[in-house]
Formats: sequence, structure tokens, C-alpha cells
Amino acid sequence: MEHETLGQIFIITVLSSNLVLAMFLGLCPFLGVSSKLETAVPMGIATSFVMLVASLCSFALNELLTRFDLEFLRLIAYIAVIASAVQLVEMVMKKVSPALFRALGIFLPLITTNCAVLGIALFQTARGYDFAQSVAFSLGGGVGFSLALILMAGVRERLNLSNLPSVMHGTALSLMLAGLLSLAFMGFGGIGVAR
Amino acid sequence: MSSQALQASNMEQLLEGIWKQNPVFVMALGMCPALAVTVSAFNALGMGLATTFVLICSCTLISMLRRFIPKEVRIATYIVIIATFVTLVDYIIQAVSLALYEALGAFIQLIVVNCIILGRVESHAAKNPPLSALVNALGMGIGFTIGLFALGSVREILGAGKLFGLSLFGDHFQPWVVMVLPPGGFFVLGLWLLFFAWLAKRKEARHGA
Repeated sequence: MEHETLGQIFIITVLSSNLVLAMFLGLCPFLGVSSKLETAVPMGIATSFVMLVASLCSFALNELLTRFDLEFLRLIAYIAVIASAVQLVEMVMKKVSPALFRALGIFLPLITTNCAVLGIALFQTARGYDFAQSVAFSLGGGVGFSLALILMAGVRERLNLSNLPSVMHGTALSLMLAGLLSLAFMGFGGIGVAR
Repeated sequence: MSSQALQASNMEQLLEGIWKQNPVFVMALGMCPALAVTVSAFNALGMGLATTFVLICSCTLISMLRRFIPKEVRIATYIVIIATFVTLVDYIIQAVSLALYEALGAFIQLIVVNCIILGRVESHAAKNPPLSALVNALGMGIGFTIGLFALGSVREILGAGKLFGLSLFGDHFQPWVVMVLPPGGFFVLGLWLLFFAWLAKRKEARHGA
């Protein structure tokens, strides 16, 4: 891992090891919120922010827990941190931009159970990233998640106008689309893949 | 309610999770682990059983505690309880089968955020007595395991020509590699969902006629 520069980690996490399309993290919001572009964009931004906060906090927590030999508490500590980060984002957003807060509605608290956020925290620990690498990783994760969400929303908006057999409507079609997108993202594999 | 009627309703609940409300094929919940670990039938079974264990334990415990958990902090409490059982499973799998532990990796810990578990707890276990919660969780767990197994076995057969690591087609089989890669997961699950949507549609049409 130590041969990777920060830029490499970022690019790889956005493209060839995209959280959603290659690692299967955060599929629930990916399938649930991606029907319209106007919800996909704020959702991507909010999730990216929570990812960054959660990544920073869990990096500090991991240092602390390792020092006291309390690694078995890692999971519980991470999830508590993420839940509080989401809560924080919710409060800040309510104060700063009530309109956006209303637009996102139920999806905001649901970020807590987004496995992409916990996944970022767990993978950075498992891969032994240092502080700067963790930041690059979580930023890349956020951008990659938003990118996948926005691409998917764009395609689905177009599909609403096309003529499809009625049995294809719904999740099955979204999964087929996701498969095609994932196939396309595999084309970036030459850049390198996160191990 | 007489004991016989109670038994019948329990049976119904069990079947509901396995078939009518199958978490993978009908409700499309818990997609992330369903796709990420199902490159082989063995991994799929391991993941399914681990999730079932967490589901049963946390649903039963939360159902027993349902009168003591304040409404305001219930989600946080549920998450902590679920995370405890997941940590337990994580260590058990590491002790029992290191190969499975390495294959599943971080996805064992990601069981915490599996929406099936929190969904079951919130919509069923928090309102019902322990026995009913246990049966419901068992049904959902079996349904989830069947779903994962259906995905994992199809992907392993097509992508590697094997089932449980045993070669099925002999040496001349050209593996369809994309099926064990990420896109294959999306395609196979999409096809299964299509199949179930088609079944539902056919049933509807038959009832209408």
C-alpha cells in the first residue's frame, strides 16, 4: 500500500474501485434515491460530507482504541460516531439551509445505515492508511458515490420516457443498468485496483 | 387464541419471510452483502447464516427489552445491540473458519448496517413478544440465506463452472468470468428479480381472468 500516492488512492477510489459499482457499498440509496437528478445531487453531497467526518473521527478513534487494546469495541465505536456525525449534519443543515433540509427529508437520517460510510471507516482501518491517505480515500469515496448516483439518475430519467415491457419496471431494470455501468467502470481497471 | 391457532400463525409468519416477503427477491433489501460476497455458493451460505444468527439474537433480545427502551433513543439502542452481536459473529467466524473469514472480509462487520435487521427490529420485534419476534426473524433469515444461495450458486456455476468448489463440466468448460466480477452480480440479481416480477405478474393475470 505504501507505494500509492494520495492522488492514486483518490483516482482509484473514484473510478476503478468505485464504492458502489465495484465494491457494492451503499446500494440502498443508490437504488432508492437515483430516480431523479435533483435528489441525487444533494444526497451525494450530504453523504460525501458524512463520509469525510466519519473517516476523520474513526481514524482518531482507532488510534485511541489501539492504544488501550480495545479493538473489539471498534465496530460499536464507529457506528456511534457515524450516527452522531449524521445528527450533526442534520442540525447544521437545518440551521444553514432549511430548504435543502426539507428537500432531503427522510434520506438524511438514513445515511447512518448507508454501508458506504461504515465501509470507508472499516476499509481504511483494514488497509492501514495513515491520516492523509484516509482523507484522500474518504474524499474519493464521496466523489465516487456521488458520481455513480448522478450517472444512474441521468440514465433513469431518460428511461422514464422510453417504452418498456411492464415486467421490467422497478428494481430489476435498475440492477441491469447498474450492471452495465459497472461493466463500463471496469474499463478503468488499467489504472490499478485497490487491494 | 388457542395454542393450535397460535402455531398456525407462527407457521404463516415463518413462510412469509421465506417466500411471500423474501427480503432479497421481493423486498430488495440488504443488497450490499447480497451482491458483494456471492461469488461462490459457500461464501453465500456463510454470509446468510451469519446474518440469520445476528437477526435472531438481536430481534429476540430487543423484543424482550421492548418495554425498557425509551422511544427517543431506540434506534441508537438497536444499533448498539446489533453491533454487539455482529462483533460476536466476527470473532466466531474467525475462530471457526479462517478461509471464510478472509473471503468475507469487512462484509461481516458490515452486517450492522444491513437494512433487513434494522427493518425487522423496528417494524416487528419492537412491537411483539419474543417468540413471535424469534419466528419472524428466523423466517427472514432463512429467506435471506436462500436468496444469497440462489445468487451465489448461479454465479459460481456460470463464472467458474463449479459448485461448492467441485468442478461440474470437466476441463473443456470456458468460464464466463464476468459473472464472478461485480457486473455479473448486478446482472444475476437483476434476472432473479425479473423472474419473480414475472411470477407475480402471471399470478395476478390468472386471478384477474
